[in-house]
Amino acid sequence: MISLPILPILIALPLIGLVFIFLSSENDEKAEQSKKSALWTSTSNFFLSLYLPINFDKSIPHFQFVNSFSWFNNDSLRFSLGVDGLSMPFIVLSTFLILACIIFILPQAKKNMKMYLASFLVLESFLIGTFSALDLFSFYIFFESILIPMYLIIGFWGGERRVYSAYKFFLYTLLGSVLMLIAIIFLYQEFGTISIPKLLDYTLPFYIQIWLWIAFFSSFAIKIPMWPFHTWLPDAHVEAPTEGSVILAGILLKLGGYGFIRFNLSILPDASIFFTPFIYFLSIVAIIYTSYIALVQEDMKKLIAYSSVAHMGFVTLGIFSANIQGLHGAIIQMISHGIISAALFFSIGSIYNRYKTKRIDFFGGLNLKLPKFSVVFLIFTLGSIGLPGTSGFVGEYLTLLAVYSKNTIVAFISTIGVILSASYMLKLYKRVFLGGLSKNLDNKNDDINIYELCLYIVLVLLIFIIGVKPGLILSYTTSSLERIIQLYPISIF
Amino acid sequence: MFLLSIFLPLLSYFVCIFLNKLVKDKTLNFVSCGLMVLSTICSILAFIFFYLNGEKSLVITNWISSGSLNVDWSLNLNLLTATMIIMVNFVSTMIHVYSVGYMSKDPRRIIFMGYLGLFTFFMLFLVSSSNLIQLFVGWEGVGLTSYLLIGFWSHKDEANKASLKAFVANRVGDFGLLISLFTIFIVFGTININEILLLVNSHSQSYFNFFGFQVHSITLIVVTMFVGCMGKSAQFGLHVWLPDAMEGPTPVSALIHAATMVTAGVFLLILMSPLIETSKFSQNLILLVGTITCLFASCVAIFQNDIKRIIAYSTCSQLGYMFMAIGVSAYSVAYFHLLSHAFFKALLFLGAGSVIHSMSDEQDIKKMGGIYNRIPLTYTSVLIGSLALMGLPFLSGYFSKDLILEFIYLSDSDFKIFAFGIGIFGVFLTSLYSSRLLIRVFHGENNSDEKVYAHIHESPMIMLVPVVILAFFSIFFGMIFHNFFAGPSIETIWSKFMFVDSEIHQAYSIGSVPKLIKKLPLIMIFFSVTVVLLFYFKFSRTMQMLKEKLRFFVKFFHNKCYIDELYEIIIIKPSYYLGRGFWKSIDNDLIDNLGPNGISRFVSSLGIKVSKLQSGYLYHYVLSVVIGLTLFISIYIYIF
Repeated sequence: MISLPILPILIALPLIGLVFIFLSSENDEKAEQSKKSALWTSTSNFFLSLYLPINFDKSIPHFQFVNSFSWFNNDSLRFSLGVDGLSMPFIVLSTFLILACIIFILPQAKKNMKMYLASFLVLESFLIGTFSALDLFSFYIFFESILIPMYLIIGFWGGERRVYSAYKFFLYTLLGSVLMLIAIIFLYQEFGTISIPKLLDYTLPFYIQIWLWIAFFSSFAIKIPMWPFHTWLPDAHVEAPTEGSVILAGILLKLGGYGFIRFNLSILPDASIFFTPFIYFLSIVAIIYTSYIALVQEDMKKLIAYSSVAHMGFVTLGIFSANIQGLHGAIIQMISHGIISAALFFSIGSIYNRYKTKRIDFFGGLNLKLPKFSVVFLIFTLGSIGLPGTSGFVGEYLTLLAVYSKNTIVAFISTIGVILSASYMLKLYKRVFLGGLSKNLDNKNDDINIYELCLYIVLVLLIFIIGVKPGLILSYTTSSLERIIQLYPISIF
Repeated sequence: MFLLSIFLPLLSYFVCIFLNKLVKDKTLNFVSCGLMVLSTICSILAFIFFYLNGEKSLVITNWISSGSLNVDWSLNLNLLTATMIIMVNFVSTMIHVYSVGYMSKDPRRIIFMGYLGLFTFFMLFLVSSSNLIQLFVGWEGVGLTSYLLIGFWSHKDEANKASLKAFVANRVGDFGLLISLFTIFIVFGTININEILLLVNSHSQSYFNFFGFQVHSITLIVVTMFVGCMGKSAQFGLHVWLPDAMEGPTPVSALIHAATMVTAGVFLLILMSPLIETSKFSQNLILLVGTITCLFASCVAIFQNDIKRIIAYSTCSQLGYMFMAIGVSAYSVAYFHLLSHAFFKALLFLGAGSVIHSMSDEQDIKKMGGIYNRIPLTYTSVLIGSLALMGLPFLSGYFSKDLILEFIYLSDSDFKIFAFGIGIFGVFLTSLYSSRLLIRVFHGENNSDEKVYAHIHESPMIMLVPVVILAFFSIFFGMIFHNFFAGPSIETIWSKFMFVDSEIHQAYSIGSVPKLIKKLPLIMIFFSVTVVLLFYFKFSRTMQMLKEKLRFFVKFFHNKCYIDELYEIIIIKPSYYLGRGFWKSIDNDLIDNLGPNGISRFVSSLGIKVSKLQSGYLYHYVLSVVIGLTLFISIYIYIF
């Protein structure tokens, strides 16, 4: 069989779409022509990305669909792409969510719409690049380049305090990445290679691992984000436009978790064991602390943002438990959070488009105005709570089970997060959708439009499908994860 | 057949939700009731199938497989599940039919029917699941539908608060159950119920490191599981949601908060009975909590004025009886009381619903009275329900409740005298509040508005038929089946599906319970009914006086012992303070001010200070050059 260079195509295609967008000469806020090109590009990219799971060989733990090019005329610095079971689901998630965002943009009008669409396509290309990069150098370049379109999306199309938030987001994440860059340069100096598969085979001395671990950690902990590096997230979410929040919560946060598994856990296992209690501590704080904060939020987006931090706490718990349940749980939790938080941000976007506010106390009795929408929102809420049968449950259950086998105290405390998440999410639902009709809502009366309806139905179905049959995703990841665990020394915690 | 009996209610849900606007309401009502009837028939057929072919486990598909954790979607058919499925389907059918009448004026009635179907599905799923994680799906699912149905009238603020409270209180219980599930997996290496029960004996002495202590693993499992059951079955401490849940429509109270969902906790413990048997400590705990709940709830019930809340507290106390039975290893008896309670409590709720319906949605029993001849059929049914609840001879409650008391008497538990005493006293209290309810609602003088009084009418036929059928079962169920649960052949019937303490059963069959003990509940009933009758009809002044004298006491119980207020002060308010504190002082002040904002402020202030150095005056520069030079030279000299 002739193998298709699928990954380069996936990365290049959005950039080709970009050309079409810039070729169109329209300058109005609707930009119908550009929307069409963006839609076509992202749709075809999504379907092309399905090529990966279809042709993926589940039994191989190593990287597949590998493409390698030399650059700088230097054989040790090769630009190589490939996926394994760990990164493949995230690539499909990225293409799917970008498509969802483009669909959500279709009925809207925004200033400088062409640029807005273009940012998303560029973002898509960079995201796929990050997840499929097989050498540290291109990983770093893609990882950092993501900041540029994201910074523009927040800083240009955001809310009132957008400039502050965009700066905070940019500087925070840049700070962490600088340390990572040092680590990458060090690795190249020391071992003469930047290829991730090769690095997997090296065993580094412990004292070096510690420093490298801290460097990688600082980058990914800010990205995921862990307490106390999370304060950029609520601000960024509140100010970002709906689609920006979706991408931010849906995929960008997962880069942190992906990085933790790919670098900290796989390449630096001894240091990971050394730092596990530290990670556990931060994760517990993240889960409990941010849940309490979410309980008193007045802004819907801020509430979901804080709940994201809590959910990511479960992810880090699962990752550093370093057994198969924990890693499976972390991946399912990330995918499920990618879908559910994206869905919640889309929903808040739908509300915002109608009433131009996200304040919780503005609303009340919204289910009388938008009956269909309130049902959909309830399902997303329940998914976020982790009701069994939805995807959220599988992730939470597996991660907690994994932690429980390592450390009962940690698991016990973080299970309290399950109670707290139910309280704040249902309280949000009650205050916005239930009760008597708020005075503010008298004039408008239009339930969700056809674009939103289709999008929400797909999201709802995904939540249930993953919840009932998580094996559809887990089976791809198993062999790659088992390889990581085999290399992982037996921990005492 | 078995699958049909479980999935037909789900079908009913989908039909109701998706064809809501397309098909006439009448047809949909008919379809959903028809599906339930069909489901009941299927469950009876499944029982017959079980009788002929023995137990069976049905794997549908794989769910989670991760390392050694392997969870299937699969269903178990055995005696315990088959009988429970029949009960759930049957009561649910009755309530479906009743709801057609009760909700006939509600614009969202079809959605209501759909939710009832969904609830029934989850309950059946819970009952029949073959592993504990799948059971947890049903467990949370019934919690969810309960949440939806309590808050069904979402325009009522009280209803929304109650539904939220119910969900969160249940979640606290689920927290315990989750911990229990984790421990089970780590100790037994499986979560399949049948496999766990086979492995119990080999793990009865194993210890587990919990919080750094070596804990007897099965005790840990059972205690945490019991926390889950306390949440679902509204035992003392986590009972707060049940009385508030009465804000939902009455059929919901009858189905979910009396007959089926709240007994899920009892059912789970019966299912896992061999586990409980290996842990003496947890048995005592279950017995004590059951006893306390029984006493507490029936005391509070006496002082309530809302007809549904009285019945709700009564449910609480009856569940306490079931847990007491579990605490003394009388599982089959607990199960017997579970089933008979389902019939007479559903009857009582439906009767109460009928009263509320006829009194134009009035629920306060102080505003009722003297209406027994206006609604004779409803009156009779509530009377039968109450008598069965009290345990008057030859009604259902008589057999099941007295069995519990006698088994407590026969048991060798450490707390048996305490539990037995409270149990007997509980009978007294039960008859006290039941007769108070009967007199206040149906007898004496009428206290309602004239308008309401003029409008009092018997409910329509469609509501009365289920009531009559349930009344029939409330009378005869105990009489027909009591040998099945406590007779001489008990061991051959049940020992495969739950733990049966053969010694006690033997002692019971040869009649080692003294006559006096057997008669004691009956004496209590007559005593308390006499007290109530005397107070209400002869010495009503004395009662007023007593109430004045014991005002503090009355107020204390009327306000449900201030437990809601206590929780408000020690849990809810601090949570908000904590949340606000974390947010404002740590997130905004500490982290942001020291972190990004602090750094940027530092940089900009540094920039301003440095720029001030560039004053443009030559002598400033010369001075700094001189200072710098001296500094460097002195350092140079110092070092070398």
